[in-house]
Amino acid sequence: MNLPAVLAIYRFEMARFWRTALQSIVAPVIATSLYFVVFGAAIGARVQTVDGIPYGAFIVPGLIMLSLLTQSISNAAFGIYFPRFAGTIYELLSAPIAPFEVVLGYVGAAATKSIFIGLVILATAALFVPLHIEHPFWMVAFLLLTAVTFSLFGFVIGLWADGFEKLQLVPLLIVTPLTFLGGSFYSIEMLPPFWHAVSLANPVVYLVSAFRWAFFGKGDVAVGVSIAVTFGFLALCLGLVTWIFRTGYRLKS
Amino acid sequence: MPPIVSIENLSKVYASGLHALKDVNLAIDKGEIFALLGPNGAGKSTLINTVCGIVTPSSGTIRVGGHDNRSDYRAARRMIGLVPQELTTDAFEKVWDTVSFSRGLFGLGKNPDHIERVLKDLSLYEKRDNRIMQLSGGMKRRVLIAKALAHEPQVLFLDEPTAGVDVELRQDMWRLVRRLRDQGVTVILTTHYIEEAEEMADRVGVIRKGEIILVEDKVELMRKLGKKQLTLHLAEPLAALPESLAGYALHLGPGGREIVYTYDTQRERTGITRLLTDLAAAGIGFTDLDTQQSSLEEIFVDLVRGHTGAAP
Ligand SMILES: Nc1ncnc2c1ncn2[C@@H]1O[C@H](COP(=O)(O)OP(=O)(O)OP(=O)(O)O)[C@@H](O)[C@H]1O
Ligand SMILES: [Mg+2]
Repeated sequence: MNLPAVLAIYRFEMARFWRTALQSIVAPVIATSLYFVVFGAAIGARVQTVDGIPYGAFIVPGLIMLSLLTQSISNAAFGIYFPRFAGTIYELLSAPIAPFEVVLGYVGAAATKSIFIGLVILATAALFVPLHIEHPFWMVAFLLLTAVTFSLFGFVIGLWADGFEKLQLVPLLIVTPLTFLGGSFYSIEMLPPFWHAVSLANPVVYLVSAFRWAFFGKGDVAVGVSIAVTFGFLALCLGLVTWIFRTGYRLKS
Repeated sequence: MPPIVSIENLSKVYASGLHALKDVNLAIDKGEIFALLGPNGAGKSTLINTVCGIVTPSSGTIRVGGHDNRSDYRAARRMIGLVPQELTTDAFEKVWDTVSFSRGLFGLGKNPDHIERVLKDLSLYEKRDNRIMQLSGGMKRRVLIAKALAHEPQVLFLDEPTAGVDVELRQDMWRLVRRLRDQGVTVILTTHYIEEAEEMADRVGVIRKGEIILVEDKVELMRKLGKKQLTLHLAEPLAALPESLAGYALHLGPGGREIVYTYDTQRERTGITRLLTDLAAAGIGFTDLDTQQSSLEEIFVDLVRGHTGAAP
């Protein structure tokens, strides 16, 4: 195991994060505050509670998930895409590093960043609504699991993308809609049966549901199912990354 | 002593179908400076990148310090430093950080003394806190070299290190390469400046269309393939060369004031003594004479045009 290399990559990526700290941290804080103003104040005035939970508090897990997913994906995707684009990837390819170690460095850093942002959002939310976390251990566990899984997914996108548009494409066209439709701001129980069934095909539903369960003790689907779906997606991403490194796809000629 | 880099039956066909390397065999000795010469697109960078692990070979084996560069890639790559042809650097990193980063990638712990020495050797130390994007092109080139030296490699690949570099930096670079060689580092470089190879290299390899067409000790190469010319400055201008000298490869210079004799240094006899005797017999006197040897550049141009044998 080439630990110094993993640490070097990790530190490099974290340095990039702190260099752009203003936009990395301030942007999510402002966005979260806006969500609270718009959803919390406007909708919350009509919808008092969902499932017995005050609406303002109800949307907190979904808000954190929304940022966690988009941040994990974009951080990891950009982290590996940029060296490919700039050509500095030559150094990674010629260093005595195993693919696993490269992934560990990039995905570890991307997950750290998005967890950090998730916690910042949680703290911001706590300023607006009183929060009580039912299962703190599971809350942290889901935070970690989701951050790692989607950072890995972002890493795959960063390897696959051959232009900046593609880098934006997946987060913008797939992940954000899935998150909005994934019960971040409502319970899918509120939907008509047909749309409820459709929603169950959306993986984000399981993430949000499990996370909400960690906060309030109830979710839209069983926690076990959520965990299984998340691990399934994690395994899929791991498989893809392994295949990419084994074949050198988009990395080597 | 076994070669430090050994390349056997190496071929590379790119996905485009282009046959960039054709059954290349090459052995680099420890501690030598090896210059790889060849025209644009000959396969120099492909060869270097394949050894370094950036390009996957289609077939063949590569060993560095006895380690197979695929099955035992960690040990093989740890020995290698690479300065790529393209100027590819980060932009926002500071010089010191990017060089330290390279050392980390190669699995080594921090060693500020070594980094400091490398930066000083390359006259980069004053710039250590500058962001890379604030540096000039030549300075960026130095940063790439510093990165390649950060992990104290035993084999250094320099892919056109002096392209677009001013005279001063070029000479700095030559000094650095010699100093590295003195420390036992093996250096393999490509260049389009033949005088650079002539100046620096112990051995020269010529690659053309993916094939190594020649590997030779530099001195030996120049002796073997080099033509020599003897120029005689005549006392009296000549209108034409006399019949009696028709058997020599002679050429009458401008204004009939000099005779140029081209001969092959490899031959047992150069024919000079006989020529001088015959000149005296023909009543031709000369005031001065000098000899020139063809440069590596002329030899190289001959070679890549397709003449592989000695010149006539
Ligand atoms: N990734 C690639 N895919 C397809 N063909 C490639 C690739 N890289 C290089 N080639 C081709 O392989 C051949 C050898 O290229 P290479 O870069 O090794 O040449 P070179 O000797 O380094 O040339 P130069 O002196 O211009 O640097 C060229 O014909 C080039 O077009
Ligand atoms: Mg080249």
